[in-house]
This record gives sequence, C-alpha cells and structure tokens, in this order.
Amino acid sequence: MTLKDIKEFLDAEVICGEKYLDIEIKFAGGSDMMSDVLAFGQPGLLLLTGLSNSQSVRTADIIEAKAIIYVRGKKPDDIGIALAKEKDIPLLSTQHMMYTACGILYNKGLPGVSKN
Amino acid sequence: MVSSDLGLSERFEISGGDFSKAGTISTKIKEILQEIGIESSIIRRAAIASYEAEMNVVMYANSGSVILNITPEKLHLQLEDNGPGIEDIEKAMQEGFSTATDKMREMGFGAGMGLPNIKRNADRFEISSTPGEGTSLDIVFCLNKT
Ligand SMILES: Nc1ncnc2c1ncn2[C@@H]1O[C@H](COP(=O)(O)OP(=O)(O)OP(=O)(O)O)[C@@H](O)[C@H]1O
Ligand SMILES: [Mg+2]
Repeated sequence: MTLKDIKEFLDAEVICGEKYLDIEIKFAGGSDMMSDVLAFGQPGLLLLTGLSNSQSVRTADIIEAKAIIYVRGKKPDDIGIALAKEKDIPLLSTQHMMYTACGILYNKGLPGVSKN
Repeated sequence: MVSSDLGLSERFEISGGDFSKAGTISTKIKEILQEIGIESSIIRRAAIASYEAEMNVVMYANSGSVILNITPEKLHLQLEDNGPGIEDIEKAMQEGFSTATDKMREMGFGAGMGLPNIKRNADRFEISSTPGEGTSLDIVFCLNKT
C-alpha cells in the first residue's frame, strides 16, 4: 500500500513530505523506545511512534525508515521537522492511539517487521 | 579530517546532557560513510552502533569523544567519555538492564538495549570502564568482503 492509502486509513494529517505520498510501504513497526526501533528496524520500515522529539526522526534516518506516523495526535518539534525535510522523511500524525493505529493497518494487510 | 589513499581519521566531541543535539555526530558519521562509498549494510550497522554509543555519552557522561578511523580493512569507532563509569559491565551488557532516569525514558531511551545493540551490529566490540573515571568503547567493522 502507498503512504497515501495509509494516510486515509488513519485519517492522518501530513506534517511534511507531501510529495512522498506515492511511496510504497511494505511493512511497519511501532514503539516509543528508540533502542527497540534500532534493534528491530529494517530499511524501508514505516515507523509508528508516540515519541515526538527529534530523536524519533534521527532514529528513522539511522535505520532508513521510509516514513513516520505519530500516534495520539503528536507532532515532532521544529528540530525534528527540519531534520525530516533534510533527510526526505515524510511525517504524518494521526489521532488514533498506538494500538488502534497498528490494528487498522494490520487489518488492511500491512504486515509487521519479519523477525530474523 | 585527515584523508588519504590509506584511509581517513576524524575526531568529534560529544557534549553530555544536551538532548537537542544528541545524535548529530552519528548522523554526520553516516554522511561521511555514504560519501566515501562504504557498503550500505555496513553503513547501517555502523550508524546504529555509533548512535547508541553517542546517546549513552549524552545520557550518562558530561562529555566525550568519538574517533572515526577508516582503513581499507576496517572501520573503527573509538568512544571515550569522562562519565561515572560502569560498575558491573556484565550486567550493563544484558538486554533490559538500564539505570536511565524518567526524563531519559520520556526522550525515548532507557530500554537497556543500547550496548547489546552495539555488540550485535559490530564485528568486534570491546568495552572498558573505570568507575569514577569514565568508559571507552572499541567498535570495529570489517570492510574486506570474505
Ligand atoms: N558511557 C556510559 N557511562 C556510564 N554508564 C553507562 C554508559 N553506557 C552505558 N552505561 C550504563 O549501562 C546501562 C545499559 O546501557 P544501554 O545502552 O544498554 O541501555 P540504556 O542506555 O539504559 O537504554 P537504551 O540504550 O536502550 O536507550 C545504562 O543504563 C547505564 O547504567
Ligand atoms: Mg543506551
């Protein structure tokens, strides 16, 4: 599914990276702990997180995540948004909570990260 | 930056306690590795290890440094800090062990996964620490394909 599909499924708002909505997303993972993300993250990941500081964007860049969805209506700070623009990482925000957001996407057929 | 056919060596200072800048050095190191054309899977592993190690210096030490050293054979990250040191390294290396404060957890850290993540991603990893003096890490990635 594309990021645009995901935006619609989650009623999400685009914070930045509107021009990347056509990218294809193949799997996702959710966590608020950045070391967890660094441990399970695979290149191409769609990251769902409730952590709204710039570290979420930095972590996404380090693991080569494709995009970030902030849950519970969170939005990153200005440093995070600036970094996302520099690194071409689209950021979206949904009002859904983590569990619900993940459930919706899983139901629509988006799998989790495969365990290696 | 010192660069030649034989390799590259660069030193970066890490300021402890400053969460707004935390991670910038690892982002920079990743950019350097991309510029000189290191294999992408190694860049990824090195970036993860560097970021975890940098975050630990920011969280637990007042200041520290990282030296990036690249030769045709290996990529070497040497971290040193003058923080409180680690009493029990074996314990610190266990997944889930963390002394992170609530504030650090709010910042998304403190899962006790950092050191194990570094070890898992590196080809060679050494940690040494003296309580009251500081901690140093040696993280090596092999560059020649086997
Ligand atoms: N540079 C350091 N100086 C002093 N203590 C350290 C240092 N690095 C790690 N430690 C100690 O080792 C523990 C485990 O470190 P580790 O990086 O594995 O987990 P964490 O930093 O607590 O959480 P996470 O890395 O998952 O965010 C830390 O909580 C801390 O007590
Ligand atoms: Mg850590």
